[in-house]
Amino acid sequence: MNFTGLAFYFFASVLVFAAAMVVSIRNPVKSALFLVLAFFSAACVWITLEAEFLAIVLVLVYVGAVMVLFLFVIMMLDVNLERLREGFGEYLPMGGLIAVLMVLEIAIVLNSGGFGEEQFPRPQGHLGSYSNTRELGLLIYTFYVYPFELAAVILLVAIVAAISLTLRKRPGTKYQKPAEQVTVKKSDRLRIVKMPAEPQEKQE
Amino acid sequence: MIPLTHYLVLGAILFAISTVGIFLNRKNVVILLMSIELLLLAVNLNFVAFSHYLQDTAGQVFVFFILTVAAAEAAIGLAILIVLFRNRHSINVEDLDILKG
Repeated sequence: MNFTGLAFYFFASVLVFAAAMVVSIRNPVKSALFLVLAFFSAACVWITLEAEFLAIVLVLVYVGAVMVLFLFVIMMLDVNLERLREGFGEYLPMGGLIAVLMVLEIAIVLNSGGFGEEQFPRPQGHLGSYSNTRELGLLIYTFYVYPFELAAVILLVAIVAAISLTLRKRPGTKYQKPAEQVTVKKSDRLRIVKMPAEPQEKQE
Repeated sequence: MIPLTHYLVLGAILFAISTVGIFLNRKNVVILLMSIELLLLAVNLNFVAFSHYLQDTAGQVFVFFILTVAAAEAAIGLAILIVLFRNRHSINVEDLDILKG
């Protein structure tokens, strides 16, 4: 087994360990940190598959943005852990059985001969001058440009939805209303009063 | 060299672990959201593996879009979670029975 093989099995075992800790550990903050480890190991596995751009995006977007968001939310919420852990092992036998069966079934399908090394030989690695980012960019900005725009719209919708869900107006807080401020006329604020001129007394 | 099946079995194991996570932590909405992220990661792993072995970059483009949608989903899910906590002071799934379903 060469170095790539060893690296793959190392990353894969760390990934499985981290995923198991995410679902089984008591503290949600530790769970989020193990999820960070899981994403990082997954990025390493993707690098062994020569998907360098996606691996970097996974670290930047998931570890850098989504997981930080998760940690923010977990630390902001003051939750009672004891109540949330009630009935933790209640569904473990059933869930474990279903999981083991699922993995067994997929393994049986995969080893039935349709996905062996004859049908899917590992391709030769690319040359050093090959750029995965360039390859992806050429596809995304030409052939997949319409789905790309749709993805941008989905992100915009997510921003608007997240803000409008969490925005609230508390009673008694003072707000400026810019719309009313800019439509104000001179006649609304300023009153000119006509009055007769008064003769001023001469200073002696 | 590592055959394709090892990557696919790794994806299957991840998928199964996340499913068990949904079974186990069915009261804690935060862990449920994290399990969903893991499920999507397992699916993405399959896409990247097939993309490499078939020498077709389209699989990686698809992973790109899945990542976008997953990020949007996490943002909206956490926003709903915050509104929920503000209104009910709990993130326990058992307290979410106002619809009387």
